[in-house]
Amino acid sequence: MITKPIISAAEAAAMVKTGQVVQVGGFLGCGSPDSVLGALVTAGINNLVLVCNDTSVLDEKKQRSNGVADLIKAAAFSKVIVSHIGTNPETQRQMNAGELEVVLVPQGTLAERIRAAGCGLGGILTPTGVGTEVEQGKQKLLVADRVWLLEEALPGDVGLIKARKADKAGNLVYSKTARNFNPLMAMACKLVIAEVEELVEIGEIDPDHVHTPSIFVDYLVMSREGSKS
Amino acid sequence: MIEYVENKENIARRIARIFKTGDVVNLGIGLPTLVGNFVPEDVTVILQSENGLIGLGPAPAPGKEDKDLTNAGAMPVSILPGGAYFDSATSFGIIRGGHVDYTVLGVLEVDQEGNLANYKIPGKMVPGMGGAMDLTTGSRVVIAATTHLEKSGASKLKRRCSLPLTAVREVDIVVTDVGYFEILGGKYYLREYFEPYTPDWIKEHTDAEIVVGEDCKPCFC
Repeated sequence: MITKPIISAAEAAAMVKTGQVVQVGGFLGCGSPDSVLGALVTAGINNLVLVCNDTSVLDEKKQRSNGVADLIKAAAFSKVIVSHIGTNPETQRQMNAGELEVVLVPQGTLAERIRAAGCGLGGILTPTGVGTEVEQGKQKLLVADRVWLLEEALPGDVGLIKARKADKAGNLVYSKTARNFNPLMAMACKLVIAEVEELVEIGEIDPDHVHTPSIFVDYLVMSREGSKS
Repeated sequence: MIEYVENKENIARRIARIFKTGDVVNLGIGLPTLVGNFVPEDVTVILQSENGLIGLGPAPAPGKEDKDLTNAGAMPVSILPGGAYFDSATSFGIIRGGHVDYTVLGVLEVDQEGNLANYKIPGKMVPGMGGAMDLTTGSRVVIAATTHLEKSGASKLKRRCSLPLTAVREVDIVVTDVGYFEILGGKYYLREYFEPYTPDWIKEHTDAEIVVGEDCKPCFC
């Protein structure tokens, strides 16, 4: 079995280039690759497009942040495609100041657009958003007596994902609700870097228990001790 | 003279009595989350959380939190025996696919046509819709949970929403701290009033068309 290179968080960050579409796993920081995200803050990258469920949690009073929150604060993004920004006031500030373009996508539509990209589909038909601002600029189709929105597939250049465990081939196992968007993004991005808490030998993960097969993973990064996610 | 006193617990208590054993229920952030505390002991509902689980259990004891196990509001939770985890596409397959019986959501505005606005006040506050648009589209029954009046005294129940909509004609039931309403044919039908409020008081303090049926009855929450 082919093994996957194990690289440092800084090496992973150096693979992300200005202008790229970066998909980041996690739900309000739960299941985000915090070591790699921290290295990206240090690298000082900018002008990225973020695809993520949300812009995570930033609480300046409690000096608490997780997930992509510090990257938002570091102004790493020119555009974010997310379902929710309510727990990161800095996202809203940058949006109101005209510094950041925010595209809000219903969460189920976001998941399905990412899934479609990974599955070789051009898009999906969903009833979600019909009659709301979400339908603006989109095709509406009448199929089987119902009106649907055509939502296009959403691929990424780089997928930064987080798993509980990997084997050296890159097979991944997620933990609990830290799974969320990670397996979808692993399939939707050209380059996939998986941050993991534990690395085991090939054969130690029962093939029946693999959540993301190794062929979707290009590089592995070990989570640093005391990582927030 | 009846004075309005906000009572979120009564809203949660009444909604919790709607469910039957086996119902799959999604509770939104904030007031809807409270509903989980009041489900009667002889009723077993299956709570779904859109970040990826069914069988949502109570908050863990302090020190027992698991960083990988949260609800959709990022609060630490537990999972009950028989529960399951899944990814976001499966989670919204459950939601959009019609496998959720009830969804309970918070409100900025809800109108008599069943329209709901709860994700955006343009220029002021834009949290985003999260999973709310999919939940209202896909769930069998949509329940809006809200205090009856704003702090300013304005009615949360409207004839027509003025804010950007989360859901178009999807709301079936509205429960406030003064009564239980069903939305039918573009009107609110008052089914129960919560004493000390009366149907007359409710009509006077609601900026919408309210029908008080003959079967409308008092309810002690």
